[in-house]
Amino acid sequence: MSRPRTQAEYLARLVPPSVAGLNRRSLLAGAAGTGALLGTGLLAGCGDSDSGSGSDAKRVSLGSNQSDPKPKDVLAKVTAGFTTSAGTSVDINTVDHNTFQENINNYLQGKPDDVFTWFAGYRMRFFAAKGLAGDLSDVWGKLDGYSDAFKKASTGDDGKQYFVPASYYPWAVFYRKSVWQQRGYQVPTTLDQFTALGAQMKKDGLTPIAFADKDGWPAMGTFDILNLRINGYQFHIDLMAGKEAWTSDKVKKVFDTWAGLLPLHQPDALGRTWQEAAQSLQQKKSGMYLLGLFVGQQFSGADLEDLDFFTFPEVDSTIGAKALDAPIDGYMMARKPKSKDAATKLLTYLGSKEAADITVKNDPSTLVANTGADTAGYTALQKKAAELVGSATEIAQFLDRDTRPDFASTVIIPALQQFIKDPKDIGGLLTSIENQKKSIFTS
Amino acid sequence: MRLLSRTDRVVITLMVLVPLLLVVGLVWLPAAATVLLSGTDWDGIGPLGEIDWVGWRNYDDVVSNYPPFVPAVQNNLLWLAALFVVATPFGMFLAVLLDKELRGSRIYQTALYLPVVLSLALIGFVWQLIYSRDQGLLNGVFGGDTDWYGDPNVNIWAVLVAAGWRHVGYIMLLYLAGLKGVDPSLREAAAVDGASETRTFFRVVFPVMRPINIIVLVVTVIESLRAFDLVWVINKGRNGLELISALVTQNVVGEASRIGFGSALATIMLAVSLVFITLYLWTVMREEKR
Repeated sequence: MSRPRTQAEYLARLVPPSVAGLNRRSLLAGAAGTGALLGTGLLAGCGDSDSGSGSDAKRVSLGSNQSDPKPKDVLAKVTAGFTTSAGTSVDINTVDHNTFQENINNYLQGKPDDVFTWFAGYRMRFFAAKGLAGDLSDVWGKLDGYSDAFKKASTGDDGKQYFVPASYYPWAVFYRKSVWQQRGYQVPTTLDQFTALGAQMKKDGLTPIAFADKDGWPAMGTFDILNLRINGYQFHIDLMAGKEAWTSDKVKKVFDTWAGLLPLHQPDALGRTWQEAAQSLQQKKSGMYLLGLFVGQQFSGADLEDLDFFTFPEVDSTIGAKALDAPIDGYMMARKPKSKDAATKLLTYLGSKEAADITVKNDPSTLVANTGADTAGYTALQKKAAELVGSATEIAQFLDRDTRPDFASTVIIPALQQFIKDPKDIGGLLTSIENQKKSIFTS
Repeated sequence: MRLLSRTDRVVITLMVLVPLLLVVGLVWLPAAATVLLSGTDWDGIGPLGEIDWVGWRNYDDVVSNYPPFVPAVQNNLLWLAALFVVATPFGMFLAVLLDKELRGSRIYQTALYLPVVLSLALIGFVWQLIYSRDQGLLNGVFGGDTDWYGDPNVNIWAVLVAAGWRHVGYIMLLYLAGLKGVDPSLREAAAVDGASETRTFFRVVFPVMRPINIIVLVVTVIESLRAFDLVWVINKGRNGLELISALVTQNVVGEASRIGFGSALATIMLAVSLVFITLYLWTVMREEKR
């Protein structure tokens, strides 16, 4: 699959030569400096807990899915910063990103590393509930710079935190400023304006909304945002958790609304990859495209500067337009780390402003989760993305992260493709989803 | 047995035991485990002791509560029919042509066999270039806007062309090797008797090639039952390209971990394969008795 994993692939393309060519030694020195500053504070905060368990706390292992060269390098630099500050060395075990994700069940049940990379959402809460992840409430007591939405996204079903966010990317409606200026389009804030704009674009010979779903997951983004706008965040999360019925009128309304918008979408979406759809936006054949920030991969130079976005407009004024999909990547702790003390310290460091600063400095295209980080290097698009997510009241993690993976991949993907193919039989489709959901969620 | 020395006996025992252990350990035990797991709802998490027995529920779900199943069975059958009726005979035909020692026959052989050698990732990429709706060669040259991969009424045929493209080369090479082994004096005798080329082939060469014909038949059936790679590369076996093997993989491999349900699908596939294997063995054994 060509889906960008975290920002990894997105980032790799955006690194300006000035940064890519930076001298490694000077970066490490910088990292060491900030690390040392942090270290004193950390040790003070931890009190005497580390002095007793000296030999144990000298090593901590980190299971990483950051297998692409750039993020791998950044993580190495961040952990180097931790080593200089805390005196604990970090063994990073890097596994190919997809392999890591597919083997996560076996990995967690075997002998996992003390700390491991994962993402927020249903699976994080699921592992926490199964007792496969360690409680990080202590760590959260020491973290600052995170909005409530991020804390909510890090919290398990029992109200404790199990996750430390590191980076994220938002989903929004992207467009080209030049095209919009030329035609005098205005950013829509309600569904009616959105539909009217789409009709106008059609009249102007543009495909209003670029669309692709060959790989099955991009359409989840459309479902998510419509459900969030029509029924709100809590209903969306409950629906994803299998607590609400898919046959309810609320879900039906989502599909009805979507069916109304489908004529504005690029036809024949099931044979198209998101890259191809993004190129239709890039080539000014399409007016808008609802996708993650990684859409920028298909743009370069002046085209990239021409790219802008707005959050999906409000559908119901009582619900508003403040919730959105913004998948968050970060870290979790194994249920029985070899040294809990060292693992906790590492996680505190990974969630700190210092770690975020090292990340941004080495990979300026990452959106780091810690708002305290120095983000002077962000592009205008990134600054806007950070503001959008910062002002969000709730953050959903994208459908395949918000529900059981078996339900997402074996039921929802075929169902959404069926809907795109034939949007008429919504009732039958929802009944089929509900029946399969019952079978899966009761097992 | 008296003729066998001690060493012989040890060697023979080893030669029987080692393959037996391999077959039992690598084929029969996993197969039996699959059948057992298909009666459970295991999700890959937790000790084996906590697995719940759910009886036939997975099978019930497969048949009545899993929309992709019926299209998958249909597609597998269609796959078999297409290979059997079109691709295999065409491959045999090409082999017969190439057997004629045409000029440049090596080049044709290489060209036809190339698809079999190419890696899967490359094949997926090659056909994506051809079939892509917006940027593909086919729509580019003919100016159409057929959604070759996305339209569920069209994409199975598009993929069958790609699968046939590979299969023809494979069969061609197998059959060509067989043809080279046919005693030339048989053909000469037929020619002397005044038989036409067509008649010689169907009345003399084809019957002589019986063992190869059976192999070709078996290869065709196996290829269509285990068809998987192309559809997986294209869209993971969804939206018109469902195949049982792809459904098994979707459910069992990866994060989904619907192991019980996936095992039920795999068991169904095993049962279907067993039908063909039994038929084949029955034919071969009856042959040997004669």
